[in-house]
Amino acid sequence: MPFDPQLAEMRFGCGLSPGVAPPDSVAAMLAGLSAPDSMAARFPVASFAALLPRIAEERALQKRRREVSGTSAEKEARQAIKAARLALNTVAAQALTAHMLRRAHSDTPLRERLEDFWADHFTAQGKEAALRAAGPAYVEEAIRPNVAGRFEDLLIAAATHPLMVHYLDQNRSFGPGSKAARGRGLNENLAREILELHTLGVGGPYTQDDVRQLAELLTGLSFNVEAGRVFLPRRAEPGAETVLGRAYGGAQPGLGDIEAVLRDLGRHPATARHITRKLAVHFVSETPDAALLTSMEEAWLSTEGDLQAVLAALLDHPAAWAGVGRVKRPALFMASACRALALPGTALEGRKPPAVARLFARPMALMGQVWLRPPGPDGFPDADSAWITPQGVATRLQWALTVPQRLVGDLPDPRAFVDTALGGRATGAVRFAAGAAESRADGIGLVLASPAFQRM
Amino acid sequence: MDRRGFLTRSLALGCSAAASPLLTPVSFAAAPGEARLVVIILRGAMDGLDVVAPHGDPDFAGLRGGVSLGGAGGHVDLDGFHALHPALSPLLPLWQAGDLGAVHAVSTPYRDKRSHFDGQDILEAGVVGLDDGAVREGWLNRMMQHMPDGRMQTAWAVGRDPQLILDGPVPVSRWAPEADLALSPQAALLARQVMKTDPAMAAALDEAFRVADADGDPLMLTPGEGDGMAAMAAGGGGPGPARRIADFVAEQLRGEARIAAFSLNGWDTHAAQARGLPRALSALSNTILGLREGLGPTWGQTAVLAMTEFGRTARMNGSDGTDHGTGGAMLFAGGALRGGRVLGEWPGLSEAALYDRRDLMPTRDLRAHAGWVIGGLFGLGRSEIEQAVFPGLDLGSDPGLLA
Repeated sequence: MPFDPQLAEMRFGCGLSPGVAPPDSVAAMLAGLSAPDSMAARFPVASFAALLPRIAEERALQKRRREVSGTSAEKEARQAIKAARLALNTVAAQALTAHMLRRAHSDTPLRERLEDFWADHFTAQGKEAALRAAGPAYVEEAIRPNVAGRFEDLLIAAATHPLMVHYLDQNRSFGPGSKAARGRGLNENLAREILELHTLGVGGPYTQDDVRQLAELLTGLSFNVEAGRVFLPRRAEPGAETVLGRAYGGAQPGLGDIEAVLRDLGRHPATARHITRKLAVHFVSETPDAALLTSMEEAWLSTEGDLQAVLAALLDHPAAWAGVGRVKRPALFMASACRALALPGTALEGRKPPAVARLFARPMALMGQVWLRPPGPDGFPDADSAWITPQGVATRLQWALTVPQRLVGDLPDPRAFVDTALGGRATGAVRFAAGAAESRADGIGLVLASPAFQRM
Repeated sequence: MDRRGFLTRSLALGCSAAASPLLTPVSFAAAPGEARLVVIILRGAMDGLDVVAPHGDPDFAGLRGGVSLGGAGGHVDLDGFHALHPALSPLLPLWQAGDLGAVHAVSTPYRDKRSHFDGQDILEAGVVGLDDGAVREGWLNRMMQHMPDGRMQTAWAVGRDPQLILDGPVPVSRWAPEADLALSPQAALLARQVMKTDPAMAAALDEAFRVADADGDPLMLTPGEGDGMAAMAAGGGGPGPARRIADFVAEQLRGEARIAAFSLNGWDTHAAQARGLPRALSALSNTILGLREGLGPTWGQTAVLAMTEFGRTARMNGSDGTDHGTGGAMLFAGGALRGGRVLGEWPGLSEAALYDRRDLMPTRDLRAHAGWVIGGLFGLGRSEIEQAVFPGLDLGSDPGLLA
């Protein structure tokens, strides 16, 4: 099966939309990635730089509360913390509504899907309350601009971003022989995950010694709330380190050595194999076609990890357009429903955090995906069976039956909605259900809950 | 790459039918063992010094202003030294029957940083520290890997929160009673028909209808207010969320399930503790009573452990609350345990006896108590407990929790 406009929207986009035309070619899909990012401009999220003062403020408020603990000033200090939290919740809720609206309106939905894939591949999250709200900013700044560039640039942006440095404890790592160590030592967490998750893969050609050497090379990379990402030479382990047989550093320590090793890791054949396979599994099939994998891997190796070329190899291959399709993750399921329902860009304006939680975050958690809180650095599970659980399917059905009417004022006629949402995938059973349902809400819900809609 | 394991894969497969008391006539004698374990994670750090107040300690009154014993709203004396928080007084009959007890001045090995996230991770992972990276395997899952009868035990992680305590390679079933289905009979019928083309989704939906109907809060085959999600979110109308969880857990444990874990929130009482703590304690009290009622005769083979990530400061703070501390109390219940007692070595509350001059000093690792309980319930050996389930634990001498 070759390129198909509807399947392009379902499998590599965010589903069919009554208002946005599907792409007419693979070339058009790829060209969209090079065009200006109109969705980011239209539905913005707070920047990491804008959040840093709030994180600093939260920490200062906590300190203040401890200082005045037991005095009459304590109540006031607690109220200040509560107000700051509320502001951060608002930031997180705005990011979630932007997530849904971008996917509902984009004419380059492939960008959104790539953002989802890479944000999960490079999972990072805040481990304290104030930093939780910074997750979307990390994705916006480190992931989104780099999804169609060179993998090594994406890798450098993600692995050295302050939120990753914080999440994987790099800011607690000291070169054992560094000036600042004073008995403190290495933390290998970031180094290990770079090799195991971000690049070579768990079966890749590296040893514990490579982990340790990379951890030593990473020392100095740190994070503070005043400046964001910083390099602290006093923490850097003196001397050169050898990773996968190649020596790095040795002179004045700095970010340059770290970028050099990441570039080499990004071009490594094991990285190409690991990540092209992960892409094919994510978008196409849990058991991807061998020729498709070979084609993508060759594209990676011949371009040193140009992600446009890798995507072209994926989309140009007939195997990418075959099969029943993977199950949409909960967030994509909801976003594609918003797209099919033509959720207006202003529909979520002014909704407060609790309302956003009721519409999206809470049901998403019941479906198994806790917004901004993936279970570990390896992200959410990718197996269809992880999502097609009784609780997951029940919650998807319940959400589809009840939430659309709270998102859009006038629900469409379910009989027409079958074609809007499913296109050529509409089956007789869904058509019958849409017509036989007792209410519009039920009809819409049954279309959205149908397997044809839940798969991509 | 499966350090996390495929934990969410669950009851669409074989174990679902086995877990169903409706589809499968369960013979208790045929079950692989009769003991049941329920672990309740009290998220937010319960104040053990208020819940099981050591009013007999000479320094207690200086720290907390003492407690009023007896009378309306007063703590209830248990043994001349400890007094139970009034919000738990519905559990007094259990105490008198020896089905409720506490261990005081215990904690996990976690010290000093007093972060909820890290503290809960350590509590649920059952490890000494989080030195290198996040922990993604819970101690209950490791326990199941060492259950000596070699048969798969059904375990349930219940509720919306992730339950690290059960994560790991052994498959675990998951359900949040709030994920109920409220739809018309017609919609239910049509939903089944729509799903037919996709066997995996159809099987999951069938199982969902079954579990939702059997979780003590029957499948609502009426359209309701057309706003099931909102009702779900508010938990309003029927029994409170804690009670619904208890009903559901009891239902599963009466069948083939042997292990369940869930969490209760609301313990982080930094301010106005006298108002906030009773709410959390009522939920706990309702949960335990719900379990006892729901389990019926099976209560006698059940152990319930209610544990929290750390205790709270010995002194009250300036907003009539308490801050993150160290040592605290673990509550236990169930006919399989010998209650009516407060166990633990009491360190005292003098300034010098406090940890860091601010918190109750932990005198024993609470993993030791949990370890003795699971050893007794499920036949695990000392070395398995000390090396596999709770690495780095010195199990020490038997505290005698089991009945």
